[in-house]
Amino acid sequence: MRHTLFCFCFLLNLSAYGQNLPSIKGDQLYTWKNAHNDTLYVINFWASWCSPCVAEIPSFLELHQKYAHKKVRVILVDCDFKRDIESKVIPFIAQKHLEGLVVYLDEKDPNTWVDLVSTSWSGALPGTMMVCHSKDIFRFYEKKFEGNELEATVLSLWK
Amino acid sequence: MKKTLLLLSLALVAVAYSFRTVAPEGYTVGDKAADFSLKNLSGKKVSLASIPNAKGYIVVFTCNHCPYAQAYEQRIIDLHKKYAAQGFPVIAINPNDANISPDDSYEKMKERATAKNYPFEYLYDETQETARTYGATRTPHVFLLDGSKTVRYIGAIDDDAENPTLVKVKYLENAVDALIQGKDVPLTNTRAIGCTIKWSSK
Repeated sequence: MRHTLFCFCFLLNLSAYGQNLPSIKGDQLYTWKNAHNDTLYVINFWASWCSPCVAEIPSFLELHQKYAHKKVRVILVDCDFKRDIESKVIPFIAQKHLEGLVVYLDEKDPNTWVDLVSTSWSGALPGTMMVCHSKDIFRFYEKKFEGNELEATVLSLWK
Repeated sequence: MKKTLLLLSLALVAVAYSFRTVAPEGYTVGDKAADFSLKNLSGKKVSLASIPNAKGYIVVFTCNHCPYAQAYEQRIIDLHKKYAAQGFPVIAINPNDANISPDDSYEKMKERATAKNYPFEYLYDETQETARTYGATRTPHVFLLDGSKTVRYIGAIDDDAENPTLVKVKYLENAVDALIQGKDVPLTNTRAIGCTIKWSSK
């Protein structure tokens, strides 16, 4: 039910760049951070040109495959330029099998939304937020996760 | 009442302390910046003090490879052309480790600066010490200093990296204009997306 609602919200609010890349506005970040449910949101900010981002993306896909049934929701928020969506982002999603995990952040001025994620974030990519409002969990990491560090971090937060 | 005040002040101290521990090292607006001595593209050491007639400095941590740095490259050239004559030159600093990011090597810096005809100093922060001292985290990352080397603005160049023609707010220019006019900088900190500085793994 919750899943259906979530999808419905997507359909309601979000325009899309093809079915594999719905787009969000900055206020969606606030919605995830304040969601009243028992889901751990693992929200990664990335871009196709960012090599450390690209390097850690397989570990996010793995996290999704392993823990989606344990209410860990992985969302990859793409921060590419708009002009690169068709030529770079959409092919990247297909190539890495990230369908359903990526959303495009349709905001042009980071000064209006970076602080919504975390005031400790300078805006350097990659960055990852782990949040479950109802369990009082909030972490932000301005770094690339190495090896199995991502899974270990999630496990330390999410029993 | 006293108890409430005490609790409140304790809470404030706790909050302040937690910010201290998470805040990255580096400058905040109001700090006095240290000078540096970094190699320019003709092999000469350049410091802030060595730049004649400066009333301030637009220090930009940037690099060759990063798409955001590339998106802002022409705007950085234009900034120097507009403000150097008014005493606010651009000093560009590349802090990336060339072992991790080969396109940001000293040789590649020379190639790019020549190809794009950089009118400003493009310095190589080989030890990454200057980037660390300033607290730069990404490229591009701007630190605007006044004539006494006090940091007056940190952040983005403007509000639209992708499209210069759609820019609505020129954060950096507004700050420089304020300094030239002897006014307070209207917005002293802005957030921007950029490429993480490629730190050497020691």
